[in-house]
Amino acid sequence: MTRALFLLATMLATPAAAQTVAITGGTVAIGDGSAPIEGGTVVIANGRIVAAGRGVAVPAGAQIVDATGKWVSPGVVSAITDLSLVDADGVQESNDAGARNSPFKAGIDVSLGVNPAAVKVANERLGGVTRALVAPNAGGSIFAGQGAVIDLGADPDAVTRPRAFQYVELGEEGGKLAGGSRPAAHALLRDAFAQAQDYRRNPAAFDGRSRDALVLRADADALLRVIDGQVPLLVHVERAADIRNVLALTRDYPKLKLVLVGATEGWLVAKEIATARVPVIAAALADLPANFENLAATESNVGRMRAAGVPVALASTGASGGDHVLRQFAGNLVAIARIPGATGLDWGQALASITSAPAEAIGMGGEIGSLRTGRRADVVLWDGDPLELSSVPVATWIDGQPQPMRSRQSELRDRYLTSTEGALPKAYERR
Amino acid sequence: MIRVATGEKKRGIDMNSGRAIRALLSAAIVAVPLAGCAADGKKPATAEKKAPPVRYARDPYPSTYRAYPGAPTLVRNATVFDGEGRRIDGGAVLFADGKVVAVGQTLDAPAGATVIDGQGKFVTPGIVDIHSHLGDYPSPGVQAHSDGNEATAPITADVWAEHSVWPQDPGFGRALANGGVTTLQILPGSANLMGGRSVVLKNVYARTMQAMKFPGAPYGLKMACGENPKRVYGSKNREPSTRMGNVAVDRQTWAKAVAYKRKWDKYEKEGGDPPERDIGMDTLRGVLSGEILVQNHCYRADEMAIVLDMAKEFGYKVTAFHHAVEAYKIADLLKASGTCAAVWADWYGFKMESYDGIGENLAILDRSGACAMIHSDDENGIQRLNQEVAKVLSSARHAGIQISDAAAWKWLSLGPATALGIDAQTGSLKPGKMADVVLWNGNPFSVYTRPEKVWVDGALLYDANDPKRRPVSDFELGQPGSGDVK
Repeated sequence: MTRALFLLATMLATPAAAQTVAITGGTVAIGDGSAPIEGGTVVIANGRIVAAGRGVAVPAGAQIVDATGKWVSPGVVSAITDLSLVDADGVQESNDAGARNSPFKAGIDVSLGVNPAAVKVANERLGGVTRALVAPNAGGSIFAGQGAVIDLGADPDAVTRPRAFQYVELGEEGGKLAGGSRPAAHALLRDAFAQAQDYRRNPAAFDGRSRDALVLRADADALLRVIDGQVPLLVHVERAADIRNVLALTRDYPKLKLVLVGATEGWLVAKEIATARVPVIAAALADLPANFENLAATESNVGRMRAAGVPVALASTGASGGDHVLRQFAGNLVAIARIPGATGLDWGQALASITSAPAEAIGMGGEIGSLRTGRRADVVLWDGDPLELSSVPVATWIDGQPQPMRSRQSELRDRYLTSTEGALPKAYERR
Repeated sequence: MIRVATGEKKRGIDMNSGRAIRALLSAAIVAVPLAGCAADGKKPATAEKKAPPVRYARDPYPSTYRAYPGAPTLVRNATVFDGEGRRIDGGAVLFADGKVVAVGQTLDAPAGATVIDGQGKFVTPGIVDIHSHLGDYPSPGVQAHSDGNEATAPITADVWAEHSVWPQDPGFGRALANGGVTTLQILPGSANLMGGRSVVLKNVYARTMQAMKFPGAPYGLKMACGENPKRVYGSKNREPSTRMGNVAVDRQTWAKAVAYKRKWDKYEKEGGDPPERDIGMDTLRGVLSGEILVQNHCYRADEMAIVLDMAKEFGYKVTAFHHAVEAYKIADLLKASGTCAAVWADWYGFKMESYDGIGENLAILDRSGACAMIHSDDENGIQRLNQEVAKVLSSARHAGIQISDAAAWKWLSLGPATALGIDAQTGSLKPGKMADVVLWNGNPFSVYTRPEKVWVDGALLYDANDPKRRPVSDFELGQPGSGDVK
């Protein structure tokens, strides 16, 4: 099936690459926080967005896609996922998300584990997801390694940006990984940073190859990019006190580009986060004191942080149904805006929280996550409001390329719409 | 990674962070004999007069639940799903003294009744979740709270989930206020082939587990097939370590249970010397005599088919397969055996046996005439079961399967109530049933809708407009965010 998909994509790619497409007459949601625009047009050429909005001219010779009665939006950007790293999470042999027994830590480059043919990639693409911030799991250290940005296109070229960010655990999980406490995790972080700087000052003298070295050369290289602010440092913490400690890191490391991940209690320190200009990737609907670090959890967390001026993207964490449930998460944040005492998001902000906001959090908002001019043309045509549960994608473009609208799940569904066998066993039933 | 989900996905799989798995690894391996029966108990016949039989207690931890007081209430001008497949636009629901009084197009308010205008709103039966671990794996999910898997032997039919329930779990309140859940079954986990008895609770906070127990609800026996038992015990280098080992240990146990039942049936009829008591065998005897319902965790179609034959072999019924990710492949077999499937909307791909999950599972079962329903197995998912059904409806309709919204509500209340044996008491807005009612602030199959009011037995226990009708468990009292909207 995989090879067939790639062949199909290749066939589609040749004529479509130069093809200009105009999607007309639909409700257009740009994904930048603005309200949806009825009767809008989206023009795609050379893999990029040419223009989107009302009164956009249709270029001569463009292929017209009639979107009347439909919605057009950027594809969903799944933030913090193991999509493409695993076939089935619990099947260790298929799981490249973590490397508990590796001597390497921060230096791990997760882009080398990306498998564009993993069946979940096509399944989630059918759910409207077009890009993902793929992060490694921390296993043997507080440093999980370097995450990648990928596209979900039906082609072999999945990695948009390798080594796009570093991921580190500094909360309860970080404490556990560091030997038993949060202070140990912070000591480990600072020592690793110090060793990376030793390596920069005198590479020849650096003990980065011996068995018991805490920081290997590859780790030191990766950490220097973090210290220098060349790549963002995504820090998973939940409780308010932990968030304050993370924000304080910039006193000693002023170039750090911090991004908070999780931040269940972020609403308690929203002003401080906003002042520090640190974006957050939060679990939208985490509302339980799942641990002692989540005591103040509420679904209003995202809305309250956003209201305080914090840029917030939604994390796909907890999405057991797959990354596509991000749009359900976003829709719920619109829902709670009507609950007295709760703070949600308006519709435009909610869509942005799963499109442009995750892209901007890691400094890629100019490249992906919205239908603004010049962005990569990751476009989904929906048969209704993209945040509503009844809607599904009816067409999808990634980098301007039209995507196949089938996956292994649709094959299974079609085989078993009727469960009894026909003239031959089920194994002979396929499209 | 951020930990949120703690259902099967985390509990069953994640060897790094799943709270229960941590418990499994640290638990001492205790040699518990397989529900041992005393050697065959036959005695030489004597001329003595037999002592009269004494039945052991079937309900030694009885429910002390009492409905809270409520005002006679009429909700009118609302869209009503009565839970039995009927939709009434601009309809009305009247309840009083804890019971549903009437459902119809227009109803008169009795004197003194609270009248609520339901314009733009929907009224439904309270949601029944047939698969929850609230209380047994409560929040916070610390090691000290890991009380859902007695993973020290593959057969622990002797344990009762109710003896682990912590009534202060903040999850109960979330399921009520955000989810409209009024009844839920708490099951032991799936580490064991026979994990123990379940308990059905009213979703009403209480100081004791007994005061939450659904009066008169039958017990369930949690069973599990597939990967979890064989992994848990295989890793301890003991049986079962394979799927065939799973079935072997089950059969060995059922064979003993059949003998136990024969002895006890005879004694309870004829009296004499009582046979030796075995607490686990009591439960299996209850299953064999139809008093206790089998709730069987199982993913793969082929394994469910084997379990159905095993049930025939020993003379019991599988009431429902839970998770049943591949149930859509054997809809005809499930229909023929009268066995239900309780499923997620779209969970898939988190373990090998969930690899073939599809979003149309529930809809294909329903269309084939098999009994099917939604379930959560998750303290987050339980807050959005209505949305899970909405996703199923969307998948179904896009696959050409037409199911009405009103019919789909059966998957949320009457279906699970029936599979719990409590459909005479709750699960639909039928006059005389418990007034377990949710008023939604819009169409509950829209992502933009939330519960506005939830009544349990006619008592208003959640009101989005009244902070005093928002439960705060002891654990959350006085903590950051105490009493906040959640």
